[in-house]
Amino acid sequence: MAEQILQDLQLFYPELALTATFLVAILADLIFRRTSVVVSGIVMIGFVVTAVLVLGQSDLHASIFSNMIAVDPFAHFFKLVIIISAILIVVFSLGSAELNSPNRKLGEYYALLAALTLGMMLMAGASNLLMMYLAIELSSISSYILSGYTKEAPDSSEASLKYVIYGALSSGLMLYGISIIYGLTGSLDIYTINQVLAEGDISGVALLIAGVLTLAGFGYKISAVPFHFWTPDVYEGAPITITAFLSVASKAGGFALMIRFFKVTFIDSSVVTLPEGAWATFEGFEWYHIIAAMSVLTMTLGNLVAIWQNNLKRLLAYSSIAHAGYMLMGVVVLNNQGLAAILIYFVVYLFMNLGAFYVVMLVANKTGSEDIEDYKGLGARAPFITVALAVFFISLTGLPPTAGFIGKLYLFAALLNSGWVWLAVVGALNSVISLYYYVRVFRNMYLRPADQPGPPLVFGKLQTAIVLVLLIPTILLGLYFTPLVQLAQASVKIFGTP
Amino acid sequence: MSIPLHYYLGLSAVLFAIGVAGVLTRRNAIVVFMCIELMLNSVNLTLIAFASFMGDISGHVLVFFVMAVAAAEATVGLAIVIALFRNRQTVNIDEINILKW
Repeated sequence: MAEQILQDLQLFYPELALTATFLVAILADLIFRRTSVVVSGIVMIGFVVTAVLVLGQSDLHASIFSNMIAVDPFAHFFKLVIIISAILIVVFSLGSAELNSPNRKLGEYYALLAALTLGMMLMAGASNLLMMYLAIELSSISSYILSGYTKEAPDSSEASLKYVIYGALSSGLMLYGISIIYGLTGSLDIYTINQVLAEGDISGVALLIAGVLTLAGFGYKISAVPFHFWTPDVYEGAPITITAFLSVASKAGGFALMIRFFKVTFIDSSVVTLPEGAWATFEGFEWYHIIAAMSVLTMTLGNLVAIWQNNLKRLLAYSSIAHAGYMLMGVVVLNNQGLAAILIYFVVYLFMNLGAFYVVMLVANKTGSEDIEDYKGLGARAPFITVALAVFFISLTGLPPTAGFIGKLYLFAALLNSGWVWLAVVGALNSVISLYYYVRVFRNMYLRPADQPGPPLVFGKLQTAIVLVLLIPTILLGLYFTPLVQLAQASVKIFGTP
Repeated sequence: MSIPLHYYLGLSAVLFAIGVAGVLTRRNAIVVFMCIELMLNSVNLTLIAFASFMGDISGHVLVFFVMAVAAAEATVGLAIVIALFRNRQTVNIDEINILKW
């Protein structure tokens, strides 16, 4: 037993490195109270070490700590997405004027960032309902604090309170669902639950109620309708670096958790008559209909409400709700092609969404505003970053030749191949709606003169370099995407499924 | 003579419903947090009832973790309420409305 745990620990190095980073960061914050640069440096080094350790874990296929956590290509892929965005967020935070105001101690901010990342990485691998709950709570509690970090700003603490109330409510609903599943099947281990369900004689109605309640917890993490109410408020009120992190990494963790839960638990692996890569659901529990409805509601509501927004952060919040809806379409098709499409979409989404948030942050650093009206005439004042923002928005809409087009292309292809034509049509219509509100920003940047002409905005070499780091993949992945597609197709293997 | 399982489940379902109703209707942030605790404790009751009737240990273990996490969550929640109170001098959720639509 002890030997087994020691062996398992070797597969747990990335998470251990993050835990160590968190602890060292807290200690360093106590010692170097005045200079938070030390803590940010420690966290940065910790993240890079973790990234290297994660990279060394490719091609593993194991389950550790008595089936608590799975270490498989699927988790590996999501961990990469999470750690890359964590590194970028540390870089963003160093340059954020909102955070780096005088009198603010940032040591705890960076320490909590490490805890948040740890929670998300555990979400990617959790394969026991207890572990899933703990991972969700670790990331949630860290993000409650982080979203209220600029606590003298009234909207930041308001966002934080709303987040904590919605978060606690949905984790309560999820726990009730978990307790019913436990009562029905007698286990918290998702592989055992799957075996019990395969034997049949479980009440379909009770299982459906438990499944929907559990979905509340996951839906809240990925901000899917009707569990999305916190998203716009938190995204608008939180510091923009945290908004960017939540919109990408938190969503990645939530999707990884949800897909693993549904695929391992509710898929009948005894059916062998299906084509390669397709999944069979248990009789009487067609949960994918619920996900399909959720997907349509999520993208439609996200896109329609985004049209009315005047704050760019809030607009991006609704756009990220809509993107969660697109990605849910990949779950509905019940095969590995859809899963690979989600993975491709996540990498693309990482670059384009973080890019958009970074440009919004750079502009807010200089002008102090995130209002779309204040973007009038910005095209002439800051030509480079407005072009970059335009490219990120074109990519978010899903137009060629950007990476967003490739992401949507693979999603729609997966849908059409498995006969979900109506869902693909809804998705395509939604992309058209989204074009409308992105174009509003273009129009303000390039076609409307500013109310009061301001001086040109000058950005440093480092900031330009970071924009380029995000801009180049956004364009490059739209033109040359074979390696990404191959990586995604190799990463659909989930431990414990055929 | 032992109490049948469905008595426990009925009680915890009622408690859970009271908790959810409280979260959705109460306007005082502190009372909302109390209702959330009620929800979590009803879940604990369900888990304990199932675990002891099945003679399985994992339900008991989950209850301990739920209690610990609920304490952490309540701490953070109350700290946030204090931070907000310093800005606004109110804990009424209806008055906390800078951010909407």
